Amino acid sequence: MNNFKVLVNGIIKENPTFVLLLGMCPTLGTTSSALNGMSMGLATMCVLIVSNFLIALIKKLIPDAVRIPAYIVVIASLVTVLQMLIKAYAPEIDKSLGLFIPLIVVNCIILGRAESFAAKNGPIASIFDGIGIGLGFTLGLTALGAVRELLGTGAIFGVNLWGEEYGMLMFVLAPGAFLALGYLIVLFNKYVKKA
Amino acid sequence: MLVVLTVIAIIAAGVLASVNAVTAPQIEKINAENLAAGIKAVMGSDEIQVSDPWEKDAFVVYDINDKAGAKLGKAVVTSENGFSGAIKVLVGFNTEGDILGYTVLEHAETPGLGAKANEWFQDKIVGMNPGKSNFTVSKDGGDVDAITASTITSRAFLKAIQNAYNQIMAETDATSGATQQTTASDIETPEVIE
Repeated sequence: MNNFKVLVNGIIKENPTFVLLLGMCPTLGTTSSALNGMSMGLATMCVLIVSNFLIALIKKLIPDAVRIPAYIVVIASLVTVLQMLIKAYAPEIDKSLGLFIPLIVVNCIILGRAESFAAKNGPIASIFDGIGIGLGFTLGLTALGAVRELLGTGAIFGVNLWGEEYGMLMFVLAPGAFLALGYLIVLFNKYVKKA
Repeated sequence: MLVVLTVIAIIAAGVLASVNAVTAPQIEKINAENLAAGIKAVMGSDEIQVSDPWEKDAFVVYDINDKAGAKLGKAVVTSENGFSGAIKVLVGFNTEGDILGYTVLEHAETPGLGAKANEWFQDKIVGMNPGKSNFTVSKDGGDVDAITASTITSRAFLKAIQNAYNQIMAETDATSGATQQTTASDIETPEVIE
């Protein structure tokens, strides 16, 4: 597989939100608006790229029996370092993303890709896989967030389209998350993945 | 394999410690700047001096003076559990206990509903005095219109401010003999609304 294929693979064929159904907890929890969904997606992508790269580098040094704890230590440290750096040098990003960053540690996409891709491929291919899966996750969460925000509050990215009073509040709350996700999975698998 | 895991853990700890050492002072500086900007905003004035805070229970209180040293009031960080998690509010009072301004520092309320608290109450409670008005939502017989469909958030928000008011007024009464506070007799004891 060349690197471009790896990248597209993450966005469509193995889209983490709509095909692999990984990381459902942040998917359902943070997509109450398009901006929140996109923020969570981008934060996850940053961690995923670096963790895939690091794990592809050190995979030969780690004995099989302790690989999961070793990966988790690497990923958790990475997320913490990222959080400290963002807080210190990019406080504006921290304001919008800060809430989501600690959640990334427990996102099974990261560990899932470490296990299923980075542990079997080289560092460069792993970076592309991180970008691809990260973009797929970002697109999935942004789409879900946009649908929920539009149906729930009549706005997208905070821009009001037809007035809040026509919003169906259910879509901002938990039941709407499941409904919207279900319909998006159907549409994605019928139209995008087939094509 | 134990050795490898131990080495990885030690390296991770070392990286975390060194990054923390570099970033901690910077983070502290940013937090201090944000707080200073927030205090200026809720007190409605740039020309202020902020005292070192004193903490009591869950409250952090800053005494605010103007440049000449005259008392302007107090800024209080207060919090209360809302619909999902704590709502943390910075609120400014003048010496009478009238609300000068507020800003929501942290919350996890529902977007489109409770998350509107930062804007919703601006034109409703600024200028009110929690001790002299019926500082609850209209559904509970109070003077403040709650956020539509977010009564729980609204109650928690108002309670946080009410608690902050009670706290500083109680404190002012208790310490007024010891400080140069000369208007102690003018300050009304807040009626507690629960």
